[in-house]
Amino acid sequence: MELVLAAAIGILAASGVWLLLRPRTFQVIIGLTLISYAVNLFIFSIGGLRTGADPVLHAAAGDIAQYADPLPQALVLTAIVIGFATTALFLVVLLTSRGLTGNDHVDGEDGTP
Amino acid sequence: MSNHLVIAPIVLPLLVAALQLLVGEKRRRTVLALSVASCVALVLLAAALMLAVSADGVLGAVYRIGDWPARFGIVLVADRLSALMVLLTSVLALALLPYALGRWQHRGGHFQPLLQFLLMGLNGAFLTGDLFNLFVFFEVLLAASYGLALHGSGARRVSAGLHYIAVNLTASMLFLLGVSLIFGVTGTLNMAALAELIPTVPERTRALLHAGAALLGVAFLIKTAMWPLGFWLPRTYAAASPVVAAMFALMTKVGIYVLLRLGLLLFGDAAGPASAHFGSGWMLWGGVATVVAGIVGMLGARDLAKLAGYNVLISSGTLLGAIGLQLPAVTAGALAYLVISTLAIAAFFLVVGLLASDGDDETDDSLSLEPYEQPGETAANEGLYAQEDESRVVISAPIAMLSGSFFACALLLAGLPPLSGFLAKFAMLAPMLEAGPRAGATVLFTLIIVAGFCTVIAMCRAGIQIFWVEPERLFLKVRLSETTSILLLLGLCLLLTVLVEGPLRYLRDTARQIHTPAVYIQQVLPAAEVQP
Repeated sequence: MELVLAAAIGILAASGVWLLLRPRTFQVIIGLTLISYAVNLFIFSIGGLRTGADPVLHAAAGDIAQYADPLPQALVLTAIVIGFATTALFLVVLLTSRGLTGNDHVDGEDGTP
Repeated sequence: MSNHLVIAPIVLPLLVAALQLLVGEKRRRTVLALSVASCVALVLLAAALMLAVSADGVLGAVYRIGDWPARFGIVLVADRLSALMVLLTSVLALALLPYALGRWQHRGGHFQPLLQFLLMGLNGAFLTGDLFNLFVFFEVLLAASYGLALHGSGARRVSAGLHYIAVNLTASMLFLLGVSLIFGVTGTLNMAALAELIPTVPERTRALLHAGAALLGVAFLIKTAMWPLGFWLPRTYAAASPVVAAMFALMTKVGIYVLLRLGLLLFGDAAGPASAHFGSGWMLWGGVATVVAGIVGMLGARDLAKLAGYNVLISSGTLLGAIGLQLPAVTAGALAYLVISTLAIAAFFLVVGLLASDGDDETDDSLSLEPYEQPGETAANEGLYAQEDESRVVISAPIAMLSGSFFACALLLAGLPPLSGFLAKFAMLAPMLEAGPRAGATVLFTLIIVAGFCTVIAMCRAGIQIFWVEPERLFLKVRLSETTSILLLLGLCLLLTVLVEGPLRYLRDTARQIHTPAVYIQQVLPAAEVQP
């Protein structure tokens, strides 16, 4: 499972960086989204990977090692919400830029004729 | 002292901003009155906070949200450094309000609520004692700053804003990566608990911890605009409207604040041989590179707003280098320089805004330093704004006032006597010499002197071009409110020149306090609650 998750994070981040460096605004925002997925998965995995473990204590608490670390899950929720909001805001700016300049180049002007 | 004083500077602007949104854009006077009330109250709160934490024997105030013990809950911590930064923020915001009264706040929606949200984020970032909470407050202040950077719209502003937002979103991702790595290694995000744990981190995972800290550092260095991470800054600041740019002069200092705080708290002398002073060399040499980049940019600037932007770079670089040295005496001087340079750069952005506004083309109100061509027919345009302004128009000797302010800004930024810019630089440079010969200190010392000299050259050139070569370029209507802001900021610098003794003593205490992190840890995690 570790290998699959690590590969997923790596591929997401790599594709995100590649897209982020592209000249079209749409590619940039997709790149940012992919990077934020990678980061969110990374935060999620930082508490250790475990299947079927509860993050919340039961009445019969038992061994604490049976449980998954709840804090990364709380952190990732916050990160998702904030990332979502800022991406939405960025999207609005992209549309405004498209409207004002008439093209979707990040510099507002198209180098190619 | 009332404990709730610590959280008040965060809650107040939040409530006021919400209220302003409810009141709506149409009732300008109510919104404005709310803003003024909020800023005045913030200044008073910050002053009270400063008095409370600087009393003898008191080292700081800790506010446990929900009264959870610091290891489990989130804490807000006010010590001398936080109180200083909160006071600087509130004073700057209050001084900028009159300027925003004029034409600027009507060029787009919701200027005042955004400003209040920005203040909330800034105050929160200065007061928090938790890394993840720091991220949240950073996002709050960044979200507000995106709105403010785009305030007034126009193709140039949107294009610059686009880059600004993309860069900052990427920086936020790095911030999150760094935070999660640090959490993975240590299992806590409380700054004091981290500082306590770092010496005991096993060798096996120490590299991971350093990687996390480095990622976090890169995120802050992007905000501080260290070379080569700072190419976004001059363009964004030049494109933003003057009030916003003046407020942004403080935003780079947030990065400096965090680097100073975390650098000394987490990686001070107590962090053990493997981690002590981690990253300080990067800060020092990064700062040196930033100053060089700033000098080159400033000498080559063909646009007054860009000139101001490069001054921000020089200020950032100087501060980075100075805190990278990690000497208490230098830190005290650096804090003085931080305060003075923030106020001076803010005033300079305002002056630039007034000088450039005669073109009054909404999309391009920067002032070119190129040979001036034909003055446009913009008088009609001007009249339009004059009509809807509440403040009265002052025509008497605006040139004298503007050139005087320009001159004062130049003196402050270059650090020449007799104004406080000189005192601040002196307070920073003198201890560098006393500390004995170190390569970094020598290079930085020389470079700061050179930077001051080059500032003089660049400002002289710009001043001659604007005020002497083309006297026919008249500065039309300088409003009373706009003058008030500039004079307030410069007056503060002047006041600090005269009353330099008290503030400097405070800053020395501040530097001593942040260089002994044990006190901070003791404060946040009292011995009684060490282990449940």
